[in-house]
Amino acid sequence: MSSLLEVKGLTKNFGGLCAVSNVNMTIEKGELIGLIGPNGAGKTTLFNLLTGVYEPSEGLIEMTKDGKKVSIGGLKPYKITAYGVARTFQNIRLFKSMTVLENVKVAMHKNIRYGILSAIFRTPSYYTEEKWVEEKACELLEEVGLYGKRHEMATNLPYGEQRRLEIARALAIQPEILYLDEPAAGMNPQETADLTQLIYKIRDKYNLTIILIEHDMSLVMSICERIYVLNYGKLIASGTPDEVKNDPFVIKAYLGEEI
Amino acid sequence: MTQFLQQIVNGMSLGSIYALIALGYTMVYGIIKLINFAHGDIYMLGSFVAYIVTTKLGVGFFPAMIGSMVFCGIMGVLIERVAYKPLRHATRISALITAMGVSYILEYTTQLVMGSEKKTYPVLLNNSTFQIGSVKVSTQQIYILVITIVMMIVLQYIIRHTKMGRAMRAVSVDENAAKLMGINVDTVISFTFLLGSALAGVAGILVGVYYNSINPLMGMTPGLKAFIAAVFGGIGSVPGAMIGGLFIGIAETMVIAYGSSLYKDAIVYVILILILIIKPEGLLGKNEREKV
Amino acid sequence: MSKKILSKANLCWMALSVAVYILLSVLINFRIISSYYTITIYNILINIILAVSLNLIIGICGQFSLGHAGFMCIGAYSAGVITKMMPNLGGLFLGVLVGMVISTVAALIVSVPTLRLRGDYLAIATLGFAEIIRIIVMNMKITNGAAGLSGIPKLTTFTLLFICMVISIIIVCNFTRSAPGRACISIREDEIASEAMGINTTKYKVSAFIIGALLASLAGALFACNFYVIKPTQFNFNRSIDILVMVVFGGMGSMTSSVIAAIVIGFLNMILQNFSNLRMIIYGVALVSIMIFKPTGLLGTRELSFEKLLKRKERKS
Repeated sequence: MSSLLEVKGLTKNFGGLCAVSNVNMTIEKGELIGLIGPNGAGKTTLFNLLTGVYEPSEGLIEMTKDGKKVSIGGLKPYKITAYGVARTFQNIRLFKSMTVLENVKVAMHKNIRYGILSAIFRTPSYYTEEKWVEEKACELLEEVGLYGKRHEMATNLPYGEQRRLEIARALAIQPEILYLDEPAAGMNPQETADLTQLIYKIRDKYNLTIILIEHDMSLVMSICERIYVLNYGKLIASGTPDEVKNDPFVIKAYLGEEI
Repeated sequence: MTQFLQQIVNGMSLGSIYALIALGYTMVYGIIKLINFAHGDIYMLGSFVAYIVTTKLGVGFFPAMIGSMVFCGIMGVLIERVAYKPLRHATRISALITAMGVSYILEYTTQLVMGSEKKTYPVLLNNSTFQIGSVKVSTQQIYILVITIVMMIVLQYIIRHTKMGRAMRAVSVDENAAKLMGINVDTVISFTFLLGSALAGVAGILVGVYYNSINPLMGMTPGLKAFIAAVFGGIGSVPGAMIGGLFIGIAETMVIAYGSSLYKDAIVYVILILILIIKPEGLLGKNEREKV
Repeated sequence: MSKKILSKANLCWMALSVAVYILLSVLINFRIISSYYTITIYNILINIILAVSLNLIIGICGQFSLGHAGFMCIGAYSAGVITKMMPNLGGLFLGVLVGMVISTVAALIVSVPTLRLRGDYLAIATLGFAEIIRIIVMNMKITNGAAGLSGIPKLTTFTLLFICMVISIIIVCNFTRSAPGRACISIREDEIASEAMGINTTKYKVSAFIIGALLASLAGALFACNFYVIKPTQFNFNRSIDILVMVVFGGMGSMTSSVIAAIVIGFLNMILQNFSNLRMIIYGVALVSIMIFKPTGLLGTRELSFEKLLKRKERKS
């Protein structure tokens, strides 16, 4: 049985700047992985490579889908999404003037089979599928506790709820891998605790593999099973939270040379 | 071959005018990311101002040019303050729609005041022709080219070597950071409009001299072509605007000479679409990437 | 399913359309209003098709096109040329069809490469494209060049025009309220997020563009067969702006407001017919002040919805 996601020699150059350099990762199904590193270490760039926003300069990204290995490096984001990859964004990218419910519905797009003509002529498949979409989207909103606000504009939600909506929207893709880019950023301790519960819950319920970028070390150390540490675009360490915590390179990267 | 060289020479004077207008587009776009759709009409105003002062007051070419520059500069700043400033942080589309509104206002107010008929431009520059080899060159063409080059050098000097120029470059890179460094962003933006519009004023009088006739709706098409020149050269780049202007001017005269004058506008749009597909950042432009 | 189509809200819409239709046809056929007003009404109906279709591209999908007049031009000339050879409804139908085919091809050619561009660049590219179409038409023999086509049979009747308008609105509204429509709106809101949610953004941008182009072409055909004469200058940049004004004035993204704006501007044009400079200045001032003071337009993205009205009534009783 091969692992779910394999990254080999992944590199991204922007002009002369090497934002991600020769990164190798192996991720098994069901793992909860943390990706940490100082600001500007290339974490988000790595996410953008994994989700197709950027094309890799070099290297391979391989995913195992239905027992077969597929190379997803350099594919367009919507194609990668179709393989069951979902993400949230560091700087929240909701569809602001759509309602909460519609935000979730958009993400269910790949499971909708009726086409433009069906939509225009309102064929029976339009009605049956729209009904299914509505039910499914409401179910997901219930999951993250936003069902009561489903008719509000996404932009009117408070910050913490916008982050939750991003997670609900990502779940609507029915992913196998979920990338969370700083899900706890800007949250207070209570909200962070709720988020932790939510992450556990969705992982178990949907059988997800979660990879998250986070600066809140207590969150990362408490929930992640394995951690990758990135600095200046290179992986400098990986292992269990305890291993990483005591790694001399990691300490140096975070606290500087002198310690 | 002679005809080819002749067309190059003709194209260069037309291209110089496009380059002068293109500078206004390129500077404004570089600094606030707005396609100042009304810029073409600013130069139209310039040619009308020069027309009025030369026919009514009887002044010569250079005083008229200065007058046109001053008037256009003031108009540019005024338009920026009234119409664009409130929209500085709106979407680019809102700003573009506003600019089109301003363009309508300028065109049709001029038409209301001056009438829609063509005005014959007075002869302001002596127009003798002489031969260089087998190519005919007119003094007008020399004037146009020299004035354009002088303007370019002055502009390049202002942008590269003055305090204001440095501030302009800073604002174009990062408005907020510039603000934090104590740069008065509003003044810098107004100054940019002042410079760009004054150059359009120069272009205005040159267009009058070049075509011999002017009308209130003439701003639009050359304005668009100048914008395309700016895109071709790389928007935000001063030398790019010069190269783009000359290229568009020469391409247009070539089409007239070797193809059909009916297609002279079409070729410019074809160039635009090709450049946008092949190299959207233009010849000398920088590629921008949205941060995710 | 028939129950869904015959829902209360839809019945209300049907009733409204039929009522407006009867009212207007009585006014026109019994010559209660002068032919002057009749022409205005025809113009307004054509403009509604244009405004609604442009709103689909700009307001729903967020792609700023300044080339709508180009597609109208294609439709007008296709119908004009064919109905001159076949002066009957069959000819008009064929003309519309040919116009739509050419428009689709043209829309594909222009949209596939240019829709990758950012908003304002796209605007200029589409503008250039529409100008190219106009210049080609101006140089072709079959279109009679700059002089334009004259003697086009008057085949556009009020009934035909009204039906086409209603169908256009239904097409656009049904598209908008469906998964493809949601995909388009999400592109408008945030293209990068949209693609990350599994939307093939190029596909939906092109689709919206083509549907818009098809309807503009239909409007052009009806236009040609209503006014006997068409000239290339009628489809210049100013025409695109006229349509844009309606979309912006009403509110980008709201079909209701596009319809209202088309009506208001239609009458405004009639009143100001003899003051064309003033009319354009008013347009200019309107564009600037709407963008500064109320960039969402008069109605924003709000729509007249019988569904909501009915629900509110139920709640009250």
